[in-house]
Amino acid sequence: MNSDLGDISTLLIYGAMASYVVAMIAFAVDVSALGVGAPKDRRRRAAGIGLSTMWLGAGLQFVAIVVRGLAAGRVPWANMYEFTLMFTFFVVAIFLGLQTRRDVRYLGVAVSMLAFLALMLAVAVLYVEADGVQPALRSYWLVIHVSVATLATGLSGLAAMISIAQLVKARSERATVSAGSAAMAASGATAEVTSGAAGGTSATATAVAEPSTQPSATFGSRIVGSLPPSANMERLAYRLNAVGFVAWTFTLVAGAVWAEHAWGRPWGWDPKETWTFVIWVIYAAYLHARVTTGWAAEKFAYFALVGFMAVLANFYIVNIFFSGKHSYAGV
Amino acid sequence: MRVALLLLLLLAVVALPGAFFPQRTSDPNAVQQYFLDHPDTADLLDSLHLFDVYASPWFSAVYLLLFVSLIGCILPRTWVHLKNLRAEPSRVPSRFTRFDVRGQARAAGTPEQVRRRLDAALGRRYRRRLASERGRTADGETRTALTISAERGFGRETGNLVFHLALVGLLVVTAWGQLVHYRGQVVVVQGDTFVNAPLDFDSFDTGSWYGADAQEPFRVRLDSFESEFTVDSQARDFVAGVTLTETDGSTRTADVRVNHPLETDDTRIYLTGNGFAPRFTVTDGSGEVAFSGAVPFLPTADPNYASNGVVMVPDANGGERQLGFNGVLLPTAAADEEGNLIGSAYPQPLDPAVVLNVWVGDLGLDNGVPQNLYLLDTTDMEQVLTTAEDGTEAPVQVVLRPGESVELPDGLGTITFEDLPRFAAFDVRYDPSIVWMGVFAGLAFAGLVASLFLPRRRIWVRLVAGADGATVVSAAALARGDDPGLQRELDRVLAVLESDQAATSKEDR
Ligand code: HEM
Repeated sequence: MNSDLGDISTLLIYGAMASYVVAMIAFAVDVSALGVGAPKDRRRRAAGIGLSTMWLGAGLQFVAIVVRGLAAGRVPWANMYEFTLMFTFFVVAIFLGLQTRRDVRYLGVAVSMLAFLALMLAVAVLYVEADGVQPALRSYWLVIHVSVATLATGLSGLAAMISIAQLVKARSERATVSAGSAAMAASGATAEVTSGAAGGTSATATAVAEPSTQPSATFGSRIVGSLPPSANMERLAYRLNAVGFVAWTFTLVAGAVWAEHAWGRPWGWDPKETWTFVIWVIYAAYLHARVTTGWAAEKFAYFALVGFMAVLANFYIVNIFFSGKHSYAGV
Repeated sequence: MRVALLLLLLLAVVALPGAFFPQRTSDPNAVQQYFLDHPDTADLLDSLHLFDVYASPWFSAVYLLLFVSLIGCILPRTWVHLKNLRAEPSRVPSRFTRFDVRGQARAAGTPEQVRRRLDAALGRRYRRRLASERGRTADGETRTALTISAERGFGRETGNLVFHLALVGLLVVTAWGQLVHYRGQVVVVQGDTFVNAPLDFDSFDTGSWYGADAQEPFRVRLDSFESEFTVDSQARDFVAGVTLTETDGSTRTADVRVNHPLETDDTRIYLTGNGFAPRFTVTDGSGEVAFSGAVPFLPTADPNYASNGVVMVPDANGGERQLGFNGVLLPTAAADEEGNLIGSAYPQPLDPAVVLNVWVGDLGLDNGVPQNLYLLDTTDMEQVLTTAEDGTEAPVQVVLRPGESVELPDGLGTITFEDLPRFAAFDVRYDPSIVWMGVFAGLAFAGLVASLFLPRRRIWVRLVAGADGATVVSAAALARGDDPGLQRELDRVLAVLESDQAATSKEDR
């Protein structure tokens, strides 16, 4: 409709992508400094730069999304390109929001990389001009259903990043324990118990990070050593996934209401609906396991990763390769 | 609970094949196509129910087992929970050291006074039980301790139960809806009317408890149909203007759009498709009008609405030599350099034309086999040919624009393309379970939120008179599941004792 505005929006997205690349490099520098045995309490300048550029990127992306909406004359989440803009924005925004309450800078590299790669794919492959939509998409349920779906994707995505960090950390924790460091085993055990209260984190983190200052520690193990205890990360991932599950549930219900309005049936096992159902069941099983079994924390992480992989498959594979009623949303 | 988990995972697994194989319920044409494309595997897949996964025995088995397990688990829990709701909070545990979240304080005043302050600080959310206990100190003296045990967050368990029960409710109402629903599909040409009765629909299906008396006998006339497209042929809006005559004879007009079904008392009418229905008049060799009417042409996948259709004239020539036409309608005819029509350039009827082949013979309408109205069965028919100047024979192609008329060869008669009304396709659906699905889905959602985010907490306090007239307070707290705010909550409660004694210590955890 208004192609000038559309172009401005795209330029802003390039700006956001550039910011995320800078942020990614800055966070990587920060992390690698840990690897060479920098003192624990050094001022983390690089991480600070990373955070500022993340804020900049998120700001640019927010404006880009708003401008995109103005250009198209509707809410800016009606095709895969726009969906990507939304969910990457949510990943970054939730990350920045979390950072205001606790230290999650260790996620910086993963988050900026995820945002950059997804945006890159969107710009290169999924891009479409800002335009109106088909009659089937003209509904306020588009506003509700799809926006919450992007939020859910963002939550699941961020939680998956944390789960990966958790798995990496857990491996090194096990290695440390089996190396027979009794002291380490003790402090690791404390970490398991304490970290419920947010305040307890810093003390335990130091305790666990201790071996990283030993001269024998390798580059990689120092980096891993600086991560918070895996039990803490598991708990954070769980809370994001719990909120994410609520968002998925809402997406599912709102989608059914909309399908009822548009197609005269709330549920039809269209490929998209089927996948969304499967994702919902996987996360339900994850929460179930988390709430009712006493499994080891790593199993939950694998579970959550499978869930996020299904989310990605639902978006990238189902939208492009499966035909169904949802395919009008198009590339 | 292992069983429930296993069944949940199994449910995810058995639901997936339906995303990979076409399903009869959602896309029957794709299933037919699959049979054509893969004749050697299709039958095997079909016998495994892979084309109707969601009605298959194995899919049903998984979800029914899941729900049996759900009911078996949730009903007893509901019972226990109802009893707990009336029970008093549990006693104060004798030792606090086994809890991670604890607090201690010294406060001025007697234990009784301090307890009153703490009691007030807990707030309304907590149910509590105030008691006292006699104990013996290390040096053998008896002493009396006052206690508070408080708990909150029954909503967490209530929410969890509501969530699970609502899932059962959802399943039950869905099944009920399947039994009592009906759904009819009908194609209506502008100016025509349909009645909500089984015979008037092109296709009609019902659940097994369907009763014909459930069907409101309303009528719907399609007054107008309008569509809107962008310059590059993308659809932007479809509006069917209709007049609805209700059971009591009252009439009203309404616009039916995609996403905006028309509602009667208990039925909804959805706009599901549209296209053009060229109106033809056919006369036979004797000059009699053998056919006159509008014939819906079905849009193909073409965004510019090139549509396929058939005109059948069983009454031509006294039924001896029946006439049939098949061909395409092009809303905006586009021609190549030689003037041959090659396609449609726009979805609106800017310059409509039909291109028809002509057949003569037996239409096969009388042999009782149901006919597809959009397909000409040419087994007993012969295509009408024409001889060109160089002596070669070629099929006759009739090209007509509105108002035009052509003489058919061999004295077969004439065909006239009168005008081009539109048609709309409607789905009429009655399913009283929809409202209830909404209710249960809403309950499930609310229950889920409560179950995940309402904290379930217990706080215990023991107050003993200290040596100097002050009171020694020790407290512990316990939560169900992860509860990062638990320590803060305990601190909040103990904070009313203010700075009496550097307030609480988190203890060395
Ligand atoms: C698709 C959704 C779900 C289904 C079909 C389902 C099914 C079930 C079933 C069958 C049980 C009985 C377990 C047993 O055998 O003891 C159960 C229990 C339970 N479910 Fe779910 N559930 C679902 C989602 C959830 C979610 C999202 C939560 C999240 C908090 C949850 C929490 C629980 C809890 C706490 C129990 C009690 C476990 C126990 O008594 O040990 N469920 N559920």
